[in-house]
Amino acid sequence: MKQRIRQVLATALLAVALGAMAGISWPGMASAGEASIQVAAVPAPAIPEAKPGTECVRDPEFMRRNHMDMLKHKRDLTVHEGNRLPEFSLNECIACHAVKGDDGKNVTVADSRHFCRSCHDYAAVKVDCFQCHASRPEAGDTALQSSPHGMNVLALSEFLKGVQE
Amino acid sequence: MSCTDKETCTCTPAGSLPVDGEASPGIEAGRRAFIKAGGAFATIALTPTVTLMSFGGGKANAAQESLDPKARWGLLIDVAKCGTGCSECVSACQKENGWQDTGHPETDAQWIRKVTVKNPKSGAVAELPVMCQHCDEPPCADVCPTGASFKRADGIVLVDKHLCIGCRYCMMACPYKARSFIHETLIDQKPYAPRGKGTVESCTMCVHRVDRGEIPACVESCNLTGGGAMMFGNLNDPQSEIAKRVAELTSTQLRPDLGVDPGVHYTYL
Repeated sequence: MKQRIRQVLATALLAVALGAMAGISWPGMASAGEASIQVAAVPAPAIPEAKPGTECVRDPEFMRRNHMDMLKHKRDLTVHEGNRLPEFSLNECIACHAVKGDDGKNVTVADSRHFCRSCHDYAAVKVDCFQCHASRPEAGDTALQSSPHGMNVLALSEFLKGVQE
Repeated sequence: MSCTDKETCTCTPAGSLPVDGEASPGIEAGRRAFIKAGGAFATIALTPTVTLMSFGGGKANAAQESLDPKARWGLLIDVAKCGTGCSECVSACQKENGWQDTGHPETDAQWIRKVTVKNPKSGAVAELPVMCQHCDEPPCADVCPTGASFKRADGIVLVDKHLCIGCRYCMMACPYKARSFIHETLIDQKPYAPRGKGTVESCTMCVHRVDRGEIPACVESCNLTGGGAMMFGNLNDPQSEIAKRVAELTSTQLRPDLGVDPGVHYTYL
């Protein structure tokens, strides 16, 4: 029964949306139609630049699609098997993609300018990494990301194979 | 070239070492890193009367790819040397892993605590640090409904907080009261020691340091500024300092009758 109601509602909603887009003017709906068109045109997020002189483990297009699987695979390797290689580690992502706030300090994920948030807000995908993990590098930490990743192609393909499993 | 004997290690520049055949640049770089690390160990080991560590395989790499499944990391605590009122190990752990007292003793996390024990008959009093005992058969892992509590292949008992649902069953099961639950939202955790509200946590034997080939923060501070009562090493390696000491001294585990075989041993208790 519930499902049936949901179906009807969804169909009705679709009809209204299509109507609005087609420019059919419903009584009293003209302004609402304009508003929904504006909402649909949310600008793409301004993605903060990574730390200069650094290079990501893969190109941005690949990372956008696959970073979550890579992080998840790496987290299991780290926690259970003691893999501490810097490649694919969340700490490395955070170190490279830190964003400075107005006070000159790196912002936490509570700030909408945070690298992860800039996209995740746009995509409306909630991340829970930062309930436990620090969302900015430790103050004064220069140990991380002192040099660009010398990514070994073989190691990378091995790792990605693991991600797909 | 072997730097396994830390006391007598004379670390000479790599160029002057006898090299058999042609060493590839990779090997040479590895050798340099190893020598550097060996030098660092020699410095620490040569502080008076104290040998800080004993490493099974002599691994000294900066970032490892996987743990050593043959190891059984453990601690040996000399209760006779554990100073009255000294809490260097506790503060070192707090600093390293980012937990602290917030004035709520009922709910504050405690990864390690100083415990005073008294023999009611003789009146003898002793102080000792108690942390996760890293049992060989951990009851916390037995009862965990999600598999979040687990023992690594090298004997370190951990909580995988990605799996922990915060049921706290492990806290009930632990005979050493070693685990804590995080009640409040946290920010700016240590990058290598993630902690978060709604999960259970405990001593990790500084797993991030062990994986780098270093010793736990408590052991380090105890030996530098405390009473020198703590020793860390591989119990499975008969050549390691800790295994030799455990073999020659009469040591005990806490509540050995429970049969959980803790990795933390105490002497003079």
